[in-house]
Amino acid sequence: MASRIALKDTRREQRIYSARASVALLFVAGLLGTLLVRYYGLQISEFETYRTASERNRVQLQPLAPKRGLIYDRNGVLLADNRPSYTLSLILERVDDLESTLDQLADLVAIDQEQLDKFRSRAVRRRPYEHVPLRFKLNDEEQARIAVNRHRLPGVVVDAQLQRHYPHGELFAHALGYVGRINAQELASIDEASYRGTFHIGKTGLERRYEEELLGTAGYQTVETNAHGRILRVLDRFDPKPGRDLVLHLDFKLQQVAHEALAGRRGAVVALDPLSGGVLALVSTPSFDSNLFVNGISNRDYGALRDSPDVPLFNRTVQGQYPPGSTVKPMVAMAGLEAGLVDSESTVPDPGWYRLPGDKRRYRDWILRIRGTGHAPEVDLRMAIAESCDVYFYDLARRLTIDSMHDHLQGYGLGRRTGIDITAERSGVLPSVAWKRAALNEAWFPGETLSAGIGQGYMLATPLQLAVATSVIATRGEHREPRIAQFIGGAALSAPLSEPVVADSEHWENIVSAMRDVVHTRKGTAHAIAEGMTYEMAGKTGTAQVISIAQAAVYDEEAIDERHRNHGLFVAFAPIEAPSIAVAVIVENGGGSSAAYPVARSVIDAWLNKEPS
Amino acid sequence: MAEYLRQMPSSEGPLVRQPGVTRFLNMDTPLLVLLSILTAYGLLVLYSASGQSEAALYRQVRFFAVGYFAMIVVAQFNTVRWSRWSPWGYVVGVLMLIAVAFAGDGAKGAQRWLNLGGFRFQPSELLKLAVPMTVAWYLGQRVLPPRPRYIATCLLMIVIPVGLILRQPDLGTSLLVGASGLFAVFMAGIGWRFIFSAIVLGVLSAWPAWMFLLEDYQKQRILTMLDPESDKLGAGWNIIQSKTAIGSGGWSGKGWGQGTQSQLDFLPESHSDFIIAVLAEEFGLRGVLLLLLLYLLILLRSFWIGFSAQSSYGRILCGSITLTFFVYIFVNMGMVAGLLPVVGVPLPLVSAGGTSLVTLMIGFGLLMAISTERRVIAQ
Repeated sequence: MASRIALKDTRREQRIYSARASVALLFVAGLLGTLLVRYYGLQISEFETYRTASERNRVQLQPLAPKRGLIYDRNGVLLADNRPSYTLSLILERVDDLESTLDQLADLVAIDQEQLDKFRSRAVRRRPYEHVPLRFKLNDEEQARIAVNRHRLPGVVVDAQLQRHYPHGELFAHALGYVGRINAQELASIDEASYRGTFHIGKTGLERRYEEELLGTAGYQTVETNAHGRILRVLDRFDPKPGRDLVLHLDFKLQQVAHEALAGRRGAVVALDPLSGGVLALVSTPSFDSNLFVNGISNRDYGALRDSPDVPLFNRTVQGQYPPGSTVKPMVAMAGLEAGLVDSESTVPDPGWYRLPGDKRRYRDWILRIRGTGHAPEVDLRMAIAESCDVYFYDLARRLTIDSMHDHLQGYGLGRRTGIDITAERSGVLPSVAWKRAALNEAWFPGETLSAGIGQGYMLATPLQLAVATSVIATRGEHREPRIAQFIGGAALSAPLSEPVVADSEHWENIVSAMRDVVHTRKGTAHAIAEGMTYEMAGKTGTAQVISIAQAAVYDEEAIDERHRNHGLFVAFAPIEAPSIAVAVIVENGGGSSAAYPVARSVIDAWLNKEPS
Repeated sequence: MAEYLRQMPSSEGPLVRQPGVTRFLNMDTPLLVLLSILTAYGLLVLYSASGQSEAALYRQVRFFAVGYFAMIVVAQFNTVRWSRWSPWGYVVGVLMLIAVAFAGDGAKGAQRWLNLGGFRFQPSELLKLAVPMTVAWYLGQRVLPPRPRYIATCLLMIVIPVGLILRQPDLGTSLLVGASGLFAVFMAGIGWRFIFSAIVLGVLSAWPAWMFLLEDYQKQRILTMLDPESDKLGAGWNIIQSKTAIGSGGWSGKGWGQGTQSQLDFLPESHSDFIIAVLAEEFGLRGVLLLLLLYLLILLRSFWIGFSAQSSYGRILCGSITLTFFVYIFVNMGMVAGLLPVVGVPLPLVSAGGTSLVTLMIGFGLLMAISTERRVIAQ
């Protein structure tokens, strides 16, 4: 210790302090300099960048959603409008504690588990600062409860929006379609700028087909907001342009009559104005309330619709493909007339069945099981149509061959989409040798030509196609694409003309008068509806087999399961000389055409006897 | 012997006894003036940053009143007394930290507060002063520069409270406590060899610290600091918004109360830790320069006080307090400007809040006591 004794040397310690303080001061000066450089960099060098960023922060461009175009029927009945709806949404970036906020909200308004789940999945794929909807359609009381508690619920907003509403949801669901919330897939394909502020898009039907016109043009406003998104001041505003209104050919009354006439059965009615191609009625039953889809249908509701054996979501008018049955006979007859294979005088012997040369199989006429014999010993074209004689058409079909039948019937629009202005239309099947080779990779058998001659076998048509074909006959060859929309924003739309069916006018009269006899002669297959008719109607009944009947078996309606009964079809137009309406009706499993023709009568009555408006 | 050494005349020239009320209160006049200007400036910014809230202003004025009162009280005791009390303060502080770990009140996931019969108290604040004071007390009795084993003892003294505070977890405070202790060791004249080996060691131990010591949220802060753009709406939000506020202020600022970033609530914590962004936005670089000038003058005056200190204790403590004060400034201004990770360090004497303010004022009280000690000796 003695040698290493170190006295405290104040002067030395002061020198230490001086040295260290100097070093520290240098250190401090260096770091202060760093700060200065940094602040100089931010405030002077990058001033413009940050000034812009700050402006952007404060001044926000807010989209203003346009009002979606309204939809009216031909007489101005409102079919789709927009109603204010209050949506409870969360801006997740501003919510402090999501779980506790959700708990508090659940105390204020009714929120079920499904809504929570959907909210969470929306929250995952949201855009930054997007309002993520939690509950739609708040009522006044719920709004008030949210408003009162708003101060303790940061990030919770109630958005007022105009929302699509269908006053006659069920009646027009299949014609209008519906709008729904934009999904991720649609988000990828739409032009984002036009949909800013808009959360709905046409999903099906007219709403989808005329989406662009109905949408309108988004406006915007520049607003000064705080970070909580509250608008403090509107700096400038560019008003949105509302979407264009649609006026349809559809007639509310007619639609209602058709719907009621189907009386809850599975079926479809399509009524056209043959001259304009306008769709007067388009009904598929059972239907559904399209309002359910606007904000995302609940799983329970959707499950019920999806799983119903009556498939209410299925639009039978354009998606339902049925064997057209005897309703094709006038067209096949026309093919025969035009080919010179038959004339109004020529006859075919009818024992109630038909046999191909060199084939033992008997092709039976439907009359056989009723009378045990044919319609008459000799059947001519008029009778063949009026009484729906199968044998006459077996013979004619065989002579025509399938390909020339195909070529002629194509002119009426069978086997391809009509081009109607709603979505999801299907094309049906108009068979030919080439078609069978392509579709099934099989050869055509002669017996199949006979089936095709009476609209069975491979042949399939939608009710809309049958209505179009009927209007081609009604106009004696004029062929138009059907259109539901008549005016867009006041501008008339015309139904484009397709290639007409060119035929001898005498042949047209042969066919039309035979179709008149279907209704107006005692033996006509639709004679039952002629009573009390104040006009003349041309029609054709049809029956589509749902199950094929074995060669020897007899079709017994009573013994067959309701779902396996034949579909009843009827096509008609009226008045004969100046047709103003053409109708196709199908009643699924109706047993026969007797289920369908009263429906057509009601619709045509309603159209022709309408009060002048 | 110690007393004798204490009474050796300093090399600073003749003692000057200035008349006046500040001398009567043992105040260092230049430092007091500078602190008062800074206080006024801080209150001006705070009023605007809190959204022109008079309630917030009065609250802060009350904190300042308590702070100034504490400073004056502290200045009335000479460093001999403070030196004797230092280890006791340290022991009590560490015990309270242990108590906090077991029975503390939590806030935002961190246990920092001790509830003493309705009076909430953050023991870690006490340590901000107790640690450097104890190191100064310990080394002040020894020949300087200190021998390695004394340094080791000091490091142990520092590590214990720092570890406890880090566990709470409170990165900002543990940083300040650790720094204040190390600054004391530095001011005592620890060899540069030690300092450089410590730096090398620190760099080498950064990896295990990252892996095992830091909480996820602390790592996140560092990562966000390195790349704030990576998480614009989440962790990076604060930094992007504060940088925008600072940058958009430009040279002359948007005017008092006119900062759109802060007034429109884009800036988080605008009246507490991020208040410098409000100042920079509203007063521009001019305002920042004024603030830095004030800080620099306070730092210079504080170092100056050390030159005239009468004891090793006073010198070591003076250097440590001054440097810690600077750490507040640098860490706060650096983090808000996106230079450093966001740690909870307020801008000294400007940010709203009472706890750190009172601690800082007590620190200045100690500086006052050191600066006016000559008068006591002269009597």
